[in-house]
Amino acid sequence: MEKILSRPKALKDFPLSYCPGCGHGIVHRLVAQAIDDLGIRERTIAVAPVGCAVFAYNYFNFDTTEAPHGRPPAVATGIKRTNPDKIVFTYQGDGDLAAIGTAETIHCANRGENITVIFINNANYGMTGGQMAPTTLLGQVTETTPFGRDPLREGYPINVCELLAGLKGTKYIERVSVCDAPNVMKAGKAIKKAFQNQVEGRGYSFIEVVSHCPVDWGKTPLEATKWVKDEMLKIFPLGIIKDETK
Amino acid sequence: MAKITVNQERCKGCGLCVNACPKKCIGFSSEINKIGYHYAVLKNEEACVGCGSCYQMCPDTCIEVYR
Ligand SMILES: Cc1ncc(C[n+]2csc(CCOP(=O)(O)OP(=O)(O)O)c2C)c(N)n1
Ligand code: SF4
Ligand code: SF4
Ligand code: SF4
Ligand SMILES: [Mg+2]
Repeated sequence: MEKILSRPKALKDFPLSYCPGCGHGIVHRLVAQAIDDLGIRERTIAVAPVGCAVFAYNYFNFDTTEAPHGRPPAVATGIKRTNPDKIVFTYQGDGDLAAIGTAETIHCANRGENITVIFINNANYGMTGGQMAPTTLLGQVTETTPFGRDPLREGYPINVCELLAGLKGTKYIERVSVCDAPNVMKAGKAIKKAFQNQVEGRGYSFIEVVSHCPVDWGKTPLEATKWVKDEMLKIFPLGIIKDETK
Repeated sequence: MAKITVNQERCKGCGLCVNACPKKCIGFSSEINKIGYHYAVLKNEEACVGCGSCYQMCPDTCIEVYR
């Protein structure tokens, strides 16, 4: 027998700080696999966020810096403009990308920076214990919406992909999920495409991963992946939202 | 002929691999590992087809697949 699947080189053999069953770990592996497949590990630079992925520099086996509180798009812009030969991506949660750093997100996209953005939508602020995020579903109970999110009080969930698709600067936008094995494989292809676009100089690529946060949702990992399928995907439909790379 | 191996010390017992296996050949250990979890174990090697679904779902990249 021959080993056919194992840890990608771009992912260090280091214990992840994530809770059991957390979607972040799956996405880390997919990002690392895409970087291995494209042979770009020696020239990739990641920018990590605030949130549970704050320690991403411990996990990725390539240069990674840290720009907390929604600033990764600004820092990535600087890195890419001064090092155009490098492959630069941000890895951000929904609190970081769609609340704290909304301005950085939108203007980076609008400038059409040739970077890749990996966006983890887990419908809450995971690291801080499960507060409402812009992507929290209507009716969803969180630490700050104990009776469920009410649109009259907290507004509606933001569909970030659709919002960014309206900007001329964005070139490739796809929403994927890691709720089951077939979707994980599709997500891997989308992430690889988003890096390939940058290698070919095709402009701003954005991948939203609808992910699960079992612990703050008060669910088992299995219940959490089921909730993604049954509830989140109704509000955040999967697929290619924009493709101007052809 | 196929099989998987599980990194017993890294496994967090989340069960996503157990659920993902179409052949239902993964179960949990009776003892706990150093970080306190019942880790995943290939219970039925005969049934494993090496499809990799378990590998795809593991958040901690504990699984290797052989075929
Ligand atoms: C200025 C400031 N405000 C708030 C916080 C607390 N904080 C840490 S992580 C985080 C948000 C994390 O949520 P998200 O981006 O969705 O990441 P997740 O943990 O869900 O992956 C916040 C608000 C902080 N550290 N500093
Ligand atoms: S709090 Fe949620 S997002 Fe953060 S590590 Fe735990 S499960 Fe993952
Ligand atoms: S490789 Fe496929 S059949 Fe084998 S244990 Fe994993 S999921 Fe089950
Ligand atoms: S998916 Fe990974 S961490 Fe979870 S039980 Fe299986 S081997 Fe362990
Ligand atoms: Mg979040």
